[in-house]
Amino acid sequence: MAQTTDVGVAAGDTDAAKDHRLPPRRQRSALARRLERYLPFLLLLPSIIAIGVFVYGFIAWTGWVSVSNWTTFVQDLSFSGFDAYSRLLDDFRFLSGLRNVIVFTILFVGVSVVIGLMLALLLDRDPWGAPIWRNLFLFPLAISFVVTGVVWQWLFNPRAGVNLILDRLGTETLPMWYVSTEIIPGWRWGQIDVAIPIALVAVVVAAVWQMSGFAMAIYLAGLQGISEDLREAARVDGASEPQIYRRVILPMLLPMTITIVIVLGHISLKTFDLIFVMTGPGTGYVTDVPAVYMYESTFRANQFARGAAISVVLLVLVVALMAPAVWARNRTEEAASE
Amino acid sequence: MNKALSRVPLYTVLVLVALFALLPLYIMVITSFKPPAEASIARMWELPSSLSFSAWDRGFSILRPYLVNSFALAIPATLLSSLVGSINGYVFAMWRFKGSEIVFNALLLGMFIPYQIVLIPLVQTLNSIGLFNSIPGLILTHVIYGIPITTLIFRNFYARIPMEIIEASQIDGAGLLGTYRRVALPLSLPGFVVVGIWQFTQIWNEFLWAVTITSAGQRPVMVALQNISGSQIVEFDLQMAAALQAALPTLIIYVLLGRYFVRGLLAGAVKG
Repeated sequence: MAQTTDVGVAAGDTDAAKDHRLPPRRQRSALARRLERYLPFLLLLPSIIAIGVFVYGFIAWTGWVSVSNWTTFVQDLSFSGFDAYSRLLDDFRFLSGLRNVIVFTILFVGVSVVIGLMLALLLDRDPWGAPIWRNLFLFPLAISFVVTGVVWQWLFNPRAGVNLILDRLGTETLPMWYVSTEIIPGWRWGQIDVAIPIALVAVVVAAVWQMSGFAMAIYLAGLQGISEDLREAARVDGASEPQIYRRVILPMLLPMTITIVIVLGHISLKTFDLIFVMTGPGTGYVTDVPAVYMYESTFRANQFARGAAISVVLLVLVVALMAPAVWARNRTEEAASE
Repeated sequence: MNKALSRVPLYTVLVLVALFALLPLYIMVITSFKPPAEASIARMWELPSSLSFSAWDRGFSILRPYLVNSFALAIPATLLSSLVGSINGYVFAMWRFKGSEIVFNALLLGMFIPYQIVLIPLVQTLNSIGLFNSIPGLILTHVIYGIPITTLIFRNFYARIPMEIIEASQIDGAGLLGTYRRVALPLSLPGFVVVGIWQFTQIWNEFLWAVTITSAGQRPVMVALQNISGSQIVEFDLQMAAALQAALPTLIIYVLLGRYFVRGLLAGAVKG
């Protein structure tokens, strides 16, 4: 990956060091030398304090709010136990959102990985105008989820966009897209159906439109690291082209796949803006996600303890996704360096 | 001939995906230039019969103050967080001390938290220091939560400067700060371009902080756009023009400096 993250040090500027060779070595006092020793740490100190307070301190604070009695506009930090959490277990909206965000994450990350891999393998075959195609597939990454949500909301409006084309093509029953309340049957778990709400499909398409270029970029960087010699060696050994892909290239792309799952997965689990703009919670909460429920609980309903509890669950979800992925990545890196 | 023919499926897929990628852009552009009479959703896909700037004018007159807010937010926040990232990255790459890797990883983890987990304390804190519902409050927020990514990109950047240059500077008697100012900083322009483009794009496009921390006249453009789209009475062509205008600054940067954007993308995704 080294060559792809190269931000390029301008050659020729190395003279800069020589220019300053003239002044003789200064004698520094003991105090100055001691200060110098701790200077690296002192320079980092503002950032360490800022992250310490604004990340770690705030997480602890939110954790406390989630077990407090703060359920009105007036702050009440007295301890209430795990009431907020136990109420969530019985909360139709929360459970629907939890199901939705997990289904959404699996579909969104899965489709993005497949499309990204396909595009990277195609561009790796060096078609005409490869940089143009690549830039074309990457530009949605520079656009806000808010813009994406606004446009796709119209493209998947049941009376407009995609349905106008489907209608022209003679489709009998037009899909309702994100307005649909239909849920592909799964099994029942308490109050909710563990299944796929149809309405999520439209949101997945919009998210894939925006982010699949990211998977492509990571895979392309990985493919550049696989030398032509290696493929040639496999060919000499009598491997067919499909075999080379299956046995040589795909296994070598595994670390890239893990990176993509980490990055897209954590973006997906905390999805807020796309849903907020494109669909809202939806009828029967078919497109609701915990991040939206957290926002509305906290800042619209003043249910601070519930909002905090939902965000703690979100944090746990992200950790549950990342811990095994980071572990797997470290393992593949160790294997590669051996 | 045979080889050319075998490439037909390749180009077919590329063209189809390109059409998919351009679809929203196509709708935004053609709709925003339609005369109001033609801007019905039933005729969404049709090209305009004549060029009209009506939707652009109406969109811009609504969005202008919020575009100004977004620039007043994104430019200082980008500069500040690039500077902080540069100093941090320099120390982590070249002046490692006992435990610096642990500190680095602890900072980096801040990148992956779902920001909902800090939202309530953040609002309370900004409130108590008088920065709630203000652009400076948003700038502070973006600079602090930008520390992990800017530090990471700059650390990887400085790790590529040969250690000999630093050692030569040290032999000449320059300390940590002197070496930063005279050796590292002059070499840093590409790093600042990558980090600057990345941070500007992220800050410009960001929505959660913006909608939580600001209201009314302090809102950045993405919150204003969401308000426009959330309203049932706002016309379709106006929405498309506003969406395009809100997206334009980062799109222009991508077109002009796309390869630096992609470097930021890859650098951010890969721990060095």
